[in-house]
Amino acid sequence: MKLNIRPRAGLMLAGLLCGLAVQPLAAQTADTSAARQLERFSGLAGAPGQPERGRAFFSSTQGGEWSCSSCHGAPPTAAGKHASTGKAIGALAPAFNPKVFTDTARVDKWFRRNCNDVARRECSAAEKADVLAWLISLKP
Amino acid sequence: MKHLIDLRALLLAAAASLFAPSSALADGGRLMPRDVPVAYAQECASCHTAYAPGLLPARSWSHLMSGLGKHYGSDASLDPAMARQIGSWLQANAGTYKRVSEEPPQDRITLSAWFERKHRKVEPAAWKLASVKSAANCGACHAGADQGNFDEGSLRLPAGLDARSARAWND
Repeated sequence: MKLNIRPRAGLMLAGLLCGLAVQPLAAQTADTSAARQLERFSGLAGAPGQPERGRAFFSSTQGGEWSCSSCHGAPPTAAGKHASTGKAIGALAPAFNPKVFTDTARVDKWFRRNCNDVARRECSAAEKADVLAWLISLKP
Repeated sequence: MKHLIDLRALLLAAAASLFAPSSALADGGRLMPRDVPVAYAQECASCHTAYAPGLLPARSWSHLMSGLGKHYGSDASLDPAMARQIGSWLQANAGTYKRVSEEPPQDRITLSAWFERKHRKVEPAAWKLASVKSAANCGACHAGADQGNFDEGSLRLPAGLDARSARAWND
């Protein structure tokens, strides 16, 4: 059975155009930076984030089935893959992806969701500071 | 390839019953409505395919949206305003075609009878390829999945497919 619909080129063009509609430029406010988020969580924790502790936290399971690395990769300097769906996830280390940690609301939302998945609880400010300190320390 | 074309026919029919004339069909039958909320792309499609709402019936979307705190093993919780916005868009565009109107087990698109039938020739190993990982990863083979385009022209062979399956690809 061959459906007689439209020339393939037309469909592909439609797909491309739709792609623009479905994936609008991220409405990120870019109100912050990874360094400022590190300051923020270090301030809340009352102590500077420690990269080595962040690496250990990020790379190992914390009570859940997945670690942070399960989706973000080890080290998270290239695109990761969602552990369940396979969807590509942009690199998490700021030196490899300038868009990460530039929107405070997104930072809070994803820490909340992902800590729930990995640690079955919210992460502490100290844990967030540690992870950020480690991510920021990763350089090309 | 025959079964894939059948799927397209099914989806076209589904789309036809779903959308206003100004919507999907004007674009060659793609399933995704034009008015995709930015929140849908950002919140839902950051973890998985931007599934076209017509792939599930309204009741399945209701179940899903009322349990986002435990969404197939992940916390996908949204603030209430955003959940309402996405939820009402899903309801307005949910599948009503007869094969989609039945709620699949666990509200999983991939457990829908039509989905299993259309993919019955896919070897079990193919779903487990690193380039595929999950049946939920439509985009591994359907390059236009995020745009609701499951057209044969946008099919691509996933990396690592064994020779036998690769040969069978066009059957």
